[in-house]
Amino acid sequence: MTFLNFLISGISLGSIYAIIALGYTMVYGIAKMLNFAHGDVIMVGAYICFYAVSRYSMPPLVGVLLAMLVCTVLGIVVERLAYKPLRAAPSLAVLITAIGVSYFLQNAALLLWSSNPKVFPNAFVLKSVDAEGNEVVKNGVELFAGQLKISYVTLATILICIIIMLALTWFTSKTKMGKAMRACSEDKGAAQLMGINVNATISMTFAIGSGLAAVAGVLLCSAYPTLVPTTGSMPGIKAFTAAVFGGIGSIPGALLGGLLLGVIEIFAKAYISTQLSDAIVFAVLIVVLLVKPAGLLGKQIREKV
Amino acid sequence: MKKKFLSLLLAMVMVLSLAACGGDTEETPAESGETPAEEGSEAPAEGTAFLLGGTGPLTGGAAIYGNAAYRGAQIAVDEINAMGGVQFDLRYEDDQHDAEKAVNAYNVLKDWGMQLSLGSVTSKPCEATAAETYADRIFALTPSASSTATTEGKDNMFQMCFMDPNQGSASATYISEKGLGTKVAIIWKNDDVYSKGIHDTFVAEAAELNLAIVSDTTFADGNDTDFSVQLADAQANDADLVFLPMYYQPASLILSQANSMGYNPKWFGVDGMDGILTMEGFDPALAEGVMLLTPFNADATDDKTVAFVTEYQDRYGETPNQFAADAYDCVYAYKQALEAAGATPDMTAEELCDLMIQQFTSMTFDGLTGEGMTWDATGAVSKSPKGMVIENGAYVGLD
Amino acid sequence: MANKLSGLRKSTRRNFLTYALVILAFIVLQALITTGSISSSLKGMLVPICAYVVMAVSLNLTVGVLGELSLGHAGFMSVGAFTGVATAILLQDVIPMAPLRLAVGMAVGAAFAALAGFLIGIPVLRLKGDYLAIVTLAFGEIIKSIFNNLYMGVDSKGLHFSLLSDTTNLDETGTLIIGGPMGIGGIQKISTFAAGFVLVMITLVVVFHLVGSRAGRAIMAIRDNRIAAESVGVNVTKYKMMAFVTSAALAGAAGTLFAANYSTIVANKFDFNTSILVLVFVVLGGLGNMLGSIIAAAALTILPEALREFSDYRMLVYAIVLILVMLATNNPTLKSLLARLRPGNREKKEAV
Repeated sequence: MTFLNFLISGISLGSIYAIIALGYTMVYGIAKMLNFAHGDVIMVGAYICFYAVSRYSMPPLVGVLLAMLVCTVLGIVVERLAYKPLRAAPSLAVLITAIGVSYFLQNAALLLWSSNPKVFPNAFVLKSVDAEGNEVVKNGVELFAGQLKISYVTLATILICIIIMLALTWFTSKTKMGKAMRACSEDKGAAQLMGINVNATISMTFAIGSGLAAVAGVLLCSAYPTLVPTTGSMPGIKAFTAAVFGGIGSIPGALLGGLLLGVIEIFAKAYISTQLSDAIVFAVLIVVLLVKPAGLLGKQIREKV
Repeated sequence: MKKKFLSLLLAMVMVLSLAACGGDTEETPAESGETPAEEGSEAPAEGTAFLLGGTGPLTGGAAIYGNAAYRGAQIAVDEINAMGGVQFDLRYEDDQHDAEKAVNAYNVLKDWGMQLSLGSVTSKPCEATAAETYADRIFALTPSASSTATTEGKDNMFQMCFMDPNQGSASATYISEKGLGTKVAIIWKNDDVYSKGIHDTFVAEAAELNLAIVSDTTFADGNDTDFSVQLADAQANDADLVFLPMYYQPASLILSQANSMGYNPKWFGVDGMDGILTMEGFDPALAEGVMLLTPFNADATDDKTVAFVTEYQDRYGETPNQFAADAYDCVYAYKQALEAAGATPDMTAEELCDLMIQQFTSMTFDGLTGEGMTWDATGAVSKSPKGMVIENGAYVGLD
Repeated sequence: MANKLSGLRKSTRRNFLTYALVILAFIVLQALITTGSISSSLKGMLVPICAYVVMAVSLNLTVGVLGELSLGHAGFMSVGAFTGVATAILLQDVIPMAPLRLAVGMAVGAAFAALAGFLIGIPVLRLKGDYLAIVTLAFGEIIKSIFNNLYMGVDSKGLHFSLLSDTTNLDETGTLIIGGPMGIGGIQKISTFAAGFVLVMITLVVVFHLVGSRAGRAIMAIRDNRIAAESVGVNVTKYKMMAFVTSAALAGAAGTLFAANYSTIVANKFDFNTSILVLVFVVLGGLGNMLGSIIAAAALTILPEALREFSDYRMLVYAIVLILVMLATNNPTLKSLLARLRPGNREKKEAV
């Protein structure tokens, strides 16, 4: 039963990595850039939701929508100001700019919202009244007579993660905009010749990626409820790792990579060593990449000579 | 080619920054010692105030500790300056919780003409700046850098907080004497000097007291969100008390995750745990029954604490933690020592250093974080930590 | 003189210019120190600047010359810092002369970093592009994790190592040198600006020599077109490894220099952020442009200190400056303007 509990913890952690990785992988697939500021957009989303819900007592759903709106706008603005002028520049220049944006967001958050940690409200609870009239707050389901506990946050995260993945898959394969995205990711020049507005498509990708980041931020902070200006950076790096693990650019790959990373991390802690768990996670990543150099589900691009 | 242009541009940036750096030496101390507008206080006229400097993480992941210390010290300085008598000019520089940047920040303060130092807020950076203050003969009193290595071998480095090993052994003794738990689990932060220092002495002391440690697990910076494994290990080994030598931010996560797991042992924390109740949005019910050793209690009802807490809340809209209180005490301790020694602001840092060493090893100081504090020659403070337990969202003395 | 110089190859001329500027900077700064007209703030930054310059130049070898993105360069710095400083501490009584002890420490640090570079290079160099980058990131994190859990002590019976917890069981004469998360404490500050200058010069000689040699041409051929290079008989693995290990070794020496400048050093210092910081120096200075790396490393180390007047807004301003500089240096209008100003230059697009 402890094994199952660990598995569930791993899936819970992994589904959060997965949802962040989805944003990474989308932007990478289309813009071919490692957007290191993604983790910080997550943090901004979480703060917006926190203030909406805790300070202005809005319903959680409104808070999430507001966070998505703000992050989408933020994504578009950042893209327009910092990344768009670099469209023709080497990809490393864009990488450094993204790091600059990441520093900027972290320090702006520090000035705006102070360094004091905030505790994120858990919206995923069921309130009921028991026989004696006391209010009972349930935050998860219990199976096997309480041996196995799954919190609602975990269930919600996994569910949302799958929904987003399906929606994104549908979006990229069925809608016109989505097809344009795929075309851009294959060959920008050819896409332009076919009458696709490449610039608009890339901006759109950033908007979607940042909107997803807001959702990820809310879920991350619902599961692990402390919020500080640097909240997004480490999960950001882990999610980046997860995206590469699954094959960067691949939407199902991000989901698989995220889940596996979470499960490996928890198992490494549980069965090997809490001290070396990070090292073990990265070692597994290295082994996987040696066996499958383009990640688990990544496309192996054959070199043309 | 653009390489040349780039080099040119960078060279210009460098010349500019060099010019900016060089400029510091020419400025008179009082000019560069402007306090940020936020503080709303006026710096005393040049030459009449002691230049008091400190470094701490004002930005980055540890910013909460640096900012708290800075603000606590600022309040004390403003109060003292308003009284007349000894005057201070306070300047805090950002070290981002990094030894390299702390030394840079220290050098900026030295250029400013710092006469008395508040060291650094966090342990590792303070070890680095302590080596510098020792070499430069500037007296330093750190509010919160608690590792042994901070003061080791330096006659002019003093601490306002208790040392990590003292906390570790005091906690073990406390738990054993009061019979709070028989099977103890420890969760500690593996890449943190503070946590490691307390953990090691706790384990050593527990062995002598026959306190059984049934689970000993860690976390680090990169994986400080999920504690299910550590908690499950403690639970599986029937630990009835979990010792948390860490700061309150991860501790709050541990409490909330244990709660959702349905695991309810006794919790025991150290001074880093103080502040948990002031986190915005924290459900105090989670911390119900948590015991901690802390020198400072923001809910205390004595006049000094109430005045300080009210002032802090008015200015910054937050409740002060022990870092703020320790820094506040540091400034008052300096005031007392300077007055007793009859020191004047025109003395050099080196003269002041000798006077301060004399004073601090002989004086007794009453502050927010303890009564009758004394220092020994090693720079360690003697004050006894107070055992507190959280009841209905407030601290209650354990004794 | 001018005629003589123009007769030399362009790259040779640029190398001389680099040497000349570094020497000039050293002489000017040394003169300022001797006359006491330098602020302690700038003086305190000289050694870290030298260390970062060496880091930037060595990473430029991997990223600019070899053309592989590395996100774990700080890992090699870490290996050099820990092994080099531990060596210096162990030799405290054997070699009383500080500069020599530092030199030996640096050599040992460089050797261990080279070994780490070789071991890591075996798997890493089989990968390409961003996958290679993430594996270097992974190795950087693994190195950090290992040093966070490594204990090393010395006593009358010799050296003792342990991992995870301190089980070195030293006798009463023993001292713990590496203390896991506590890192190394009580380090004697033996790094000097002069030592840093010498290391920068050695680094430049090594890198310029490598780049200008037959091996260097092979390395750049691999960067520009691996398949073409392979087809004309260039041993890809060998030359890639040569560049990677050289880069690692230099980073190791820089690590020793850096660590011996502070009384304490912890593994967390050499994390992903430090790797990124060095990468920023390289990209800002220009790929393959060593002089650019040197200037960028120096300028960006000084910049946050120069921004202290902004107090709370300091790091925010730093971020904005970083973004603006990247935008400005990659602005097509500015670039073409510059190209017009310098008619003698051939436009060559840079391959990344």
